[in-house]
Amino acid sequence: MDNELTALTIIFTEFYYWVTVVFMFLIHVGFCMYEVGATRQKNHMHTLMKNTMIIPLVTVAFYFFGWWIYFAFPNGPWIIGDLLAAPFATANSELMGTHLGGPPVQEALSAEDTAFWARINGVFWAAFLLFSWTAASIVSGAVIERIRSSAFWILAVLIGSVFWIIDAAWGWHPDGWMVQKLGYHDAYASGVIHAVAGGFALGVLIPLGARIGKFDKDGKPRNIGPRNPWLVTVGLFLIYTGFWGFYAACNVPIIDVQSGDAILFSATNIYLGPTTLSAITLNFLMSLAGGMMSAYLISKGDAFWTYSGGLAGIIGASAGNDLYHPVQAMLIAAVVVAIIYKMHFWVERRFKLDDAVGAVAVHGYAGFLGVVICGFMLWGYPASPNPEYATINPLGNFIGAIIMFFVLGFLPGFIFASILKFFGILRVPPAIEIVGLDVSATIQQEYDEVAMVEAERATVIANYSKGA
Amino acid sequence: MSTGNVENWTGNIAEIGAAYPFVGFETPLVIAGVAFWLWWHISQLRAESRELEKEEREHGNADSLNRVINASRPEHKPW
Repeated sequence: MDNELTALTIIFTEFYYWVTVVFMFLIHVGFCMYEVGATRQKNHMHTLMKNTMIIPLVTVAFYFFGWWIYFAFPNGPWIIGDLLAAPFATANSELMGTHLGGPPVQEALSAEDTAFWARINGVFWAAFLLFSWTAASIVSGAVIERIRSSAFWILAVLIGSVFWIIDAAWGWHPDGWMVQKLGYHDAYASGVIHAVAGGFALGVLIPLGARIGKFDKDGKPRNIGPRNPWLVTVGLFLIYTGFWGFYAACNVPIIDVQSGDAILFSATNIYLGPTTLSAITLNFLMSLAGGMMSAYLISKGDAFWTYSGGLAGIIGASAGNDLYHPVQAMLIAAVVVAIIYKMHFWVERRFKLDDAVGAVAVHGYAGFLGVVICGFMLWGYPASPNPEYATINPLGNFIGAIIMFFVLGFLPGFIFASILKFFGILRVPPAIEIVGLDVSATIQQEYDEVAMVEAERATVIANYSKGA
Repeated sequence: MSTGNVENWTGNIAEIGAAYPFVGFETPLVIAGVAFWLWWHISQLRAESRELEKEEREHGNADSLNRVINASRPEHKPW
């Protein structure tokens, strides 16, 4: 940083990602509130802690290997090339600690590595980490009130620090093999986060099974609706708020996008293709609006589905929200929400799947559809500034959506949840599910409250009843 | 004398790279961190299994379960 302009650009970029992380933290606060609000009282603390502990567990796993996967796996590996060297992203790299950008000590690193990554690595890592929490949180909501915490946390690490980041390396890295060969385009992560996490949740739900009483003896589903609508409302508003940070974090804030000798600084999407914060702000809000309007109509004013429809609307348009017209974003959102709403209830009835918060629909189906629609809408656009890479096309994005939802989402979720079920550690025993997963804490609290009342009564008798 | 590469801020700061203490011990540090993380998962899994077995012994009988079900029947609600 030998001149003020370079210093300003680097430190602005560092600060930019840092702010996105703070905003995205609200997504997790929102998910916690939302899930607890959707949970019956006997399971409140279990639901809260199940989601809260995603934060430390996915964080350390993402530090130890998740970040390295993103930079090492863009070729597959062994789909179009070998594992790539990423010495700045391994957990034992000096660039994964406090570093001022001077010459490296470790031989694997160059002076260029330290100069470039010293002020970006941590904040960029954290931005991706917050996506990891989101991926795990999406699964968390679907499986409330019967999954064992220990099993869920193993699954959370797998989706949060392994499978979503593999798909990011493949389809969300400027040189990912899906970008190069398929022309895959998914600017704000319809597939990369939402389809993969929704697919993973669906894979877990099958071996996990429904909550006791969810279906009657004829297989008809019962509504176990939100227990605290106010908590759900605030939670979903916080998720909306955090989504701003999510969108901003998917951009590179300032970079020279002009090829050749000329210079033009712009924000870019994750593939380093030019876009603007103004464009994504228009499209974010218009897709939110389209989703909410559609959901309100189709659900006949159901608050839970109207809020969730707003999210699903954004997710359905996100793949192309760097380039769509705002009215396109709104209409795509409206159509996607109508489809996923119908699909949720059809799948619930047909396959007896108990997705407690509609996560598979809101994230999985909407993300899948968003990627597929983007392939048609942006057909022929460049997937990357590199002119040798494939252009965006319907088939490439359709294959990409299948890879996200089924290959990296559904299959691993189903396989690992089935393994946990085989060892008898996936689900709590039926008696505990009936009594409530907070049974010990609840009973202890009741003992304590009774004991407190008895102590107070004894005090009254001892001090105020003399001579009465 | 310091535990890291920094002894003062008066020299050429552009020459300072890794600034945390004990530079060179990153690999054993990461091994210790991974061991702690894995130990946490195993330890928590065992503790949860013991807790669930205990709770099931205490509450997994017809009397206890019927009491819970009766207490949560809709007619007990104020609305």
